Amino acid sequence: MKTLVYVDHFKAEIQQASWEALGVAKSFGSATAVILGSDMQLLAKAAFEFGADEVLVADDPSLSDYHPETFASTLSAIVSSQGADLVLLPTTSRTREIAGMIAVDLNTGVLVDLIGLDFQGDQLVATRPIYEGKLMEKEICSTKPVIATLRARSFPRPNRNEAATGTPQKAEVKGEILTTVEGYEVAEQAVSVTDAGVVVSGGRGASNNPSLTPPAGLDEHQAEIWRAQQGFKLIGELADVLGGAVGASRAAVDGGYIPYSHQVGQTGKVVAPDLYIACGISGAIQHIAGIRSAKLVVAVNKDPDAPIFKVARYGVVGDLFQVVPALTEAFKKKLGK
Amino acid sequence: MKIVACIKQVPDSEAKISASDGKISWGESPLVINPFDEYAVEGALQQKEANGGTVTALCIGPESGKEALKHALAMGADDAILVSDPDLNSLDTQGAARILAAAINKVGGVDVVTFGRQTLDDGSGVTSAQTARVLGWPMIGMVGHIKVEGGEVHVSRVIEEGRQNIKARMPVVMSIVQSIGEPRYPSFMGIRRASKAQIPVWSLADIGASAPAQVVKRTELITPPAREIVCEVITGDSPAAIAEALADKILAEKVL
Repeated sequence: MKTLVYVDHFKAEIQQASWEALGVAKSFGSATAVILGSDMQLLAKAAFEFGADEVLVADDPSLSDYHPETFASTLSAIVSSQGADLVLLPTTSRTREIAGMIAVDLNTGVLVDLIGLDFQGDQLVATRPIYEGKLMEKEICSTKPVIATLRARSFPRPNRNEAATGTPQKAEVKGEILTTVEGYEVAEQAVSVTDAGVVVSGGRGASNNPSLTPPAGLDEHQAEIWRAQQGFKLIGELADVLGGAVGASRAAVDGGYIPYSHQVGQTGKVVAPDLYIACGISGAIQHIAGIRSAKLVVAVNKDPDAPIFKVARYGVVGDLFQVVPALTEAFKKKLGK
Repeated sequence: MKIVACIKQVPDSEAKISASDGKISWGESPLVINPFDEYAVEGALQQKEANGGTVTALCIGPESGKEALKHALAMGADDAILVSDPDLNSLDTQGAARILAAAINKVGGVDVVTFGRQTLDDGSGVTSAQTARVLGWPMIGMVGHIKVEGGEVHVSRVIEEGRQNIKARMPVVMSIVQSIGEPRYPSFMGIRRASKAQIPVWSLADIGASAPAQVVKRTELITPPAREIVCEVITGDSPAAIAEALADKILAEKVL
């Protein structure tokens, strides 16, 4: 069976879940990695190192920015010419577009955000959460090729063999660019809450440190944001020690404490880290929906009745401004950092 | 400007969802407009206010879908259309996209189509891009800010890596996220107007479409085992002592 794996990246910053998709493809037979972008040599090499049998690269300056139309047209042409049975993509906001579009081009079905993919006899059966994870469904696609996106951290990541090499094949760029990129306001650090093994999140409580005195001249809202930034600084330090990413509740994002891309929950991102530490987050049902797949949840909150404690394995009823820095110090010591 | 906001009706997010005999039920919980789609309506209304024009809410579904459309009308949409047909009971995402595209073409002269990011029920989040593909229009996903100028839309997309600013010539399809602003509450006048609205129902014949073949099919529903979690509260004489004990507990779980 021939599987193509779309390697998702932002300007060569890889979405690690792409390699998880490659591992699934290998378990079914031969795996061909497909990489679209500009200056993709290093990614192509990495694809061989993670086990790709073949690597197809459309390497062109016109692909340096993501345009859904050209990325989809280029991938559709590759899928057709390769005669693939299955196309796997890691689930990201880009691949939901690309996967949906190539399914239209190839007049086939798309299975989205899977947490399981197995053969039952000859039939490929997908497992995916629906209704925010309150239910799971198994589904099949009766046409070929099957297009499927895989949820990050739901499939094992293959080992990297740095000695592996190969010669990538060239693929042509197709399709017309319909949008113009005018620019970026790139975050200081890419947020990979979906990819991270540890996520430390802050909520409204991050702005609740009355002992801090904001600089003079700030109005009430600016002072609140200033306070919250001090809170998120502590949360960031804990995330750093644990090698994790910083998340946030909706209240923190709506409060302007931190950009939307950090938001975990129903209207933000669904995460599946090994460790999720919720700091000053009450635990609205919409937030809980985003952390259902976390292996271990730890909560720090002043309010002993906060609903977050109902889903947490360990809890601290206390002030995050005291507990979080102490936890950072404790881990620094215990992890030898 | 002619704007179409695509919405879906789903069980409320507080609903207890259960499955038996391959059927999904949500108890006494109400069906509501998909919460993500309220941003699609809000974004559409903002553009109508800024540039003039109309907002049409569009929904595929059974008769009950009219209630979700009435919510959009109460928020301020000018009119609403329900696409409903006995042959539309089982649509996959591409089927839904093809029906929406046919309805959008029948509306005619549309400049902007808005979607929410995904639905609460199926959650695929691919229908907007598929509809754009069927229409042959640009797809602009995860939109947090919109400005229209000289036949072009200038938008800010909220992406994992920060914000990306894009422009495109209309017509376009967008998915809109919460950075667009809190969806407005229906006004009293809006609710009154919506309650009296006669919502047209378009059949497959009305939009000149046939029932799309369903290629993605559900074969099984599984209720995930409830996770019985008992929270162990870590206490101590000082934050340092609590942190010490908590760090040991976490390390013992071998998740790091």
